[in-house]
Amino acid sequence: MSNPNQAGLNLAPQEISSGHEGGLVDQVKAYFSRVKNGDMGALPATGALLVLTALFAYLSPYFLTKLNFANLFVQAAQLTTLAIALVFVLLIAEIDLSAGVAAAVAMDVFYLTTTFGVPWPIGLVSALMVGVILGLILGFFVAKVGVPSFVISLAFFLGLQGVALILLGDGGLFRVEVPEVRAIMNDTLPLWGGWLLLFVVVAISAGLGFYDRFRRSASELVNRPVSLLLIKLAFITVVGGAVIYVLNLNRSASEVIEISGVPIVIPIVLFIIFAGTFLLDRTKFGRHLYAVGGNPEAARRAGIKVVRIRITAFVITSSLAVVAGLFHVSRIGVVEAAAGRTIVLSGVAAAVVGGVSLFGGRGRLVHAALGALVISIIDNGLGLLGFSAGISFVVTGTVLALAATVDAVSRRRGGTVRRT
Amino acid sequence: MSTPVIELTDVKKGFGPVEVLKGVNLQVHAGKVTALVGDNGAGKSTLIKGLSGVQPYDSGKVLFEGKEVDIHDPIQAAELGIEVVYQDLALCENLDIVQNMFLGREELLQRTLDEPSMELQATQALQSLSVRTVKSVRQKVSSLSGGQRQTVAIARSVLRNAKLVILDEPTAALGVAQTEQVLNLVHRLAASGVAVLIISHNLADVFKVCDEIAVLYLGRMVTQIKTSETSQNDVVGYITGTKSTEE
Repeated sequence: MSNPNQAGLNLAPQEISSGHEGGLVDQVKAYFSRVKNGDMGALPATGALLVLTALFAYLSPYFLTKLNFANLFVQAAQLTTLAIALVFVLLIAEIDLSAGVAAAVAMDVFYLTTTFGVPWPIGLVSALMVGVILGLILGFFVAKVGVPSFVISLAFFLGLQGVALILLGDGGLFRVEVPEVRAIMNDTLPLWGGWLLLFVVVAISAGLGFYDRFRRSASELVNRPVSLLLIKLAFITVVGGAVIYVLNLNRSASEVIEISGVPIVIPIVLFIIFAGTFLLDRTKFGRHLYAVGGNPEAARRAGIKVVRIRITAFVITSSLAVVAGLFHVSRIGVVEAAAGRTIVLSGVAAAVVGGVSLFGGRGRLVHAALGALVISIIDNGLGLLGFSAGISFVVTGTVLALAATVDAVSRRRGGTVRRT
Repeated sequence: MSTPVIELTDVKKGFGPVEVLKGVNLQVHAGKVTALVGDNGAGKSTLIKGLSGVQPYDSGKVLFEGKEVDIHDPIQAAELGIEVVYQDLALCENLDIVQNMFLGREELLQRTLDEPSMELQATQALQSLSVRTVKSVRQKVSSLSGGQRQTVAIARSVLRNAKLVILDEPTAALGVAQTEQVLNLVHRLAASGVAVLIISHNLADVFKVCDEIAVLYLGRMVTQIKTSETSQNDVVGYITGTKSTEE
């Protein structure tokens, strides 16, 4: 890899590389060698996504229709947000089984406050506060008291179902009459809004990419070839452009009304992914979260406040879960006491399928989002083919088992199985 | 001789009825490698834990660069410039070398991580120790060998401008070639002006790299002697208690 300096002209011979050296071909080679060493990243989920899309497109004439395409995104939004929420606790090798019902209880609070005439933004803040408080309590038990998260969140899972029953009373559905909330999943951006969204996404990606390059150059560090960044930007532009083009077509089944445009939920989810990724990749908190997930003892010795990091992770998870709950309520328009019981397992499945490790310390938010898309496509595709929910569960379960196996095996190949 | 970086006088530490350190004296000089040897239970770990602030001493005088200090927690030890490289290394395998070297002391620019600056300093720290075994500073630690990990852990102390680096069994889990690498590294570390204190059971390593040898026997410092003025047999005698300098 290291090429000898010519005639010692270079004043500071770079004996140790940074992985940024070499042309495009070297970078691609380096990527494949990382994959070979067990660092699969988003590869399995992306592969599954392509295979499943091709498969369902072949099997069902409805799968690749404009209407189903838009539906898929809307259906996936809730699961994506929940999976992203769970990444924060999965990264520290913990789990929060109560995230789904915690979100349901928070939305019950939202329903109750707004029904009693509180303005909806305040209702929403109260719901989020419920998430924050539940996360604080859960995090306290796990990080400070030392109760295994599996057990304590299971206790919350049961207890909060009871709270939901007490708040709403037995049975029945309660309509949420807040047009702003209903709009999230059911209304769309104007057509130009979609293109503006694409522009903003590309501009932010380009801005961050070039800023990083500038900073490295200023420190006289080697940069990756600029073509790599340009390819990435072109990819976002083309794929994003295609998605927005399709979403902007009229997808209504009837001739009377027109439905077109990007669902409002999509920019919200994109923002959550962006903000979360920024937090994880570029802030001290994010770095410490990964450190605590990788080796808590090392983190402690490095002076990291492990307890505080753990509690914060639980708070982020349950508050983001509330947002997922909000999407759910927006879509179906009602709250009910039995809400949120099953989805949390799909959320964990989505994160793991996407490549977030159950052993902690490894995974990214985009991976969880990809995993959520995979699970949503399975659900959607099998439904279109007329299979029962039973088959869908079996297939999803199988995919999760497969993903967890890949996780365990690649972890071993990465040499991280033992902690000495 | 110049002022020692660390000088312990009559240091005592007990746990309940058990007195582990019964009045220990120790001097560690800048630019020198001092070995701390002794059988299991002699009090080596307790001595180190006192220096690193994990378990403060009960009594005794601790001079750091000639000034009396009271080290009562790890943060204070780190502020003085005392770094401990533990046997189990304390690295995060899921993070890369730069991230590990700056763990807990990340540099920020506008409240976000200043990666270029950290990468540059990490590279320079490794280069200052003439490390050639590490291919890329952005490698994950999980992909490194035991010797390379030890290298990263030692380089981390350089990065922190440590004045006293304490190495706990640095070669215990390493093969022959890797042990050689780490010993060379220790040598260069001392040559750069750092005081190095090594705990080791391996006398061959100790005689290869250390300038002085301090021997603990049942909580007492039997001797602190120049490596050139003693032999491996004598040191074994001190360790097992069959030989002593005084009395």
